[in-house]
Amino acid sequence: MDAFTRLDAKIAPLPLANIDTDQIIPKQFLKTVEREGLAKGLFYDLRFDGEGKERPGFVLNRPEYKGAGVLVAGDNFGCGSSREHAPWALMDFGIRCVVSTSFADIFYNNCFQNGLLPVVLPAEQVQALMEEAKGGNHLVTVDLEAQTVLSPAGETFHFEIDPVRKEKMLKGLDAIGETLQMAADIDTYEMRRALDRPWLEDA
Amino acid sequence: MRPMPGKTLYDKIWDAHVVTLQDGEAILYIDLHLIHEVTTPQAFAGLRLAKRPVRRPDRTLAVADHNVPTEGQALGVGAVADEEARLQLQTLERNVKDYGIEFFPMGDVRNGIVHVVGPEQGRTQPGMTIVCGDSHTSTHGAFGALAHGIGTSEVEHVLATQTLRQTKAKNFRVNIEGEPIPGVGAKDFALAVIGAIGTAGGTGYVIEYAGSAVRALSMEGRMTLCNLTIEAGARAGLVAPDETTFAYLMGRPSAPKGGAWEMALSYWKGFSTDPDAQFDREITLDAAEIAPLVTWGTSPEDVIAVSDRVPAPEDFASPDKRASAVRALEYMGLDAGQPITEARVDVVFIGSCTNSRIEDLRAAAKVVEGRKVSPSVRAMVVPGSGLVRAQAEDEGLDEIFLAAGFEWREPGCSMCLAMNPDKVPPGQRCASTSNRNFEGRQGRAGRTHLMSPVMAAAAAIAGHITDVRDYL
Ligand code: SF4
Repeated sequence: MDAFTRLDAKIAPLPLANIDTDQIIPKQFLKTVEREGLAKGLFYDLRFDGEGKERPGFVLNRPEYKGAGVLVAGDNFGCGSSREHAPWALMDFGIRCVVSTSFADIFYNNCFQNGLLPVVLPAEQVQALMEEAKGGNHLVTVDLEAQTVLSPAGETFHFEIDPVRKEKMLKGLDAIGETLQMAADIDTYEMRRALDRPWLEDA
Repeated sequence: MRPMPGKTLYDKIWDAHVVTLQDGEAILYIDLHLIHEVTTPQAFAGLRLAKRPVRRPDRTLAVADHNVPTEGQALGVGAVADEEARLQLQTLERNVKDYGIEFFPMGDVRNGIVHVVGPEQGRTQPGMTIVCGDSHTSTHGAFGALAHGIGTSEVEHVLATQTLRQTKAKNFRVNIEGEPIPGVGAKDFALAVIGAIGTAGGTGYVIEYAGSAVRALSMEGRMTLCNLTIEAGARAGLVAPDETTFAYLMGRPSAPKGGAWEMALSYWKGFSTDPDAQFDREITLDAAEIAPLVTWGTSPEDVIAVSDRVPAPEDFASPDKRASAVRALEYMGLDAGQPITEARVDVVFIGSCTNSRIEDLRAAAKVVEGRKVSPSVRAMVVPGSGLVRAQAEDEGLDEIFLAAGFEWREPGCSMCLAMNPDKVPPGQRCASTSNRNFEGRQGRAGRTHLMSPVMAAAAAIAGHITDVRDYL
């Protein structure tokens, strides 16, 4: 997993609530057996019209937001399907951080598996960032170590994050490798389970 | 000394599965891992790369459901027309073979939608932890199992370790009390809950459903209710196991037998919430006040009674939600203030892991019997598994549907997500028993109205959204 420490990037506003993972990456892009190359499907129906032509008004198509690394979006971002293709597509497109008032659980979790930082801020601050992101200057700094977002206008917003998740994100740790360090505990659990619930063993 | 407060059902399942704690996270043992073709290829690729084995192939079960066509399945995967879908299906076949995982391939009578197959085989049992790379894994909570969707990285983690790293969620109890009016069932209960708390209302919680109306539900009904829990934002829903659960499980292929059954039964009976347990949040709904419900917009929380009018953006408090409503009305081709029953439908889809079980088909067939599908409607029934299909055929339900003008198709996810040939064409309106009405979910620019199987059946006959109570 990619580590995340500090990011200086453009922030793009997406002022819609309940942006679901079907919108982030529609299902026709899920038939891949790879993790890479999903940027082409990101927000496909928002970015392109029925003929596959770019919609010039969509924020990520506008030249001033080219190369944006941060998104600020409405409530409940990432609801819907568990597809990890959603964070993969965002990352592949170059987005490393999403700011919202709330995230759907599975999406939130998937972000941390991939080094995509979901930042939760109170509604007024998200609204303020949204407005600033629409303006001429839209450069932000996201500092995970300090747990801050420095807004284009120079305001600092502090965000909360689970310390364990923060640590892993900062280091880009491999969760499987870590869990496997506890293999002896898993062995013990399985032995006990086989005694307590033997019917699960002969299924 | 103060006595320990009681535990919830969720607390009990959690406690029974914590292997150990590491860095403040629990390593939770997983009893059953269900896998399918769409969310696993990258997980197996990761395993291969790291040269890691699958720890418990015997606790893993694979099906092919999302991509499969719903006709001509006997021709085999080689005949699947869509090249990418075929590659994904073939990749799954190779992976289950390489790692020795049990697999019900397309065309096998036991194959079907993963959340129909697990319970039907008796794999899903009370007190278990169950995961799958699919958000509607919440379905299995109907048995009092802690079941939720995971992403592909976590699929890889479970394959490699048979555990999941988790932090504990909060407890939320939803009580549904009393007796529903005729024509109202589990789907309406679930939509009512989502309408009441919103699609983010359950975020961070596990929801336990309780109350007399929940107790009175069949297993099929409980599965519908738990299935839609994810649409309320909660990863998992639970119903405590009881006699209904045990009766459903008895005799299923993977259910314990003989002495093992007795042993399992006494273990399962321990899984219920203690009377003095505390919930972080609790709501109560009166079943008698729930009308047949439909969605009007592009979020499952956009719920109204079938007798209601389509709301206006001004009816919503937050600016984002107002903006979303404007967009939803336009996308759905509806006017604020219009009675929802004016919405003409082009397609009717009875299927998906929400509503494709035998009881759903029986209920829909009852509405359809002796009537005809409106000539302007394409209506289809897609049973949730080969076994549901066979059972329905034994009961003659296929003939009722066919005589009315429905298509009777082979099992799979079908039009629930349009990753296979079954799609709602652009601009067309679909009365659907599935679970998501997101933009493009059932096909690019397709318009989805979620509702119960009986409501969808009635819409097929009427040619527009209509109150099923006129058809009972
Ligand atoms: S039927 Fe729909 S919701 Fe259920 S598993 Fe298939 S695609 Fe997912």
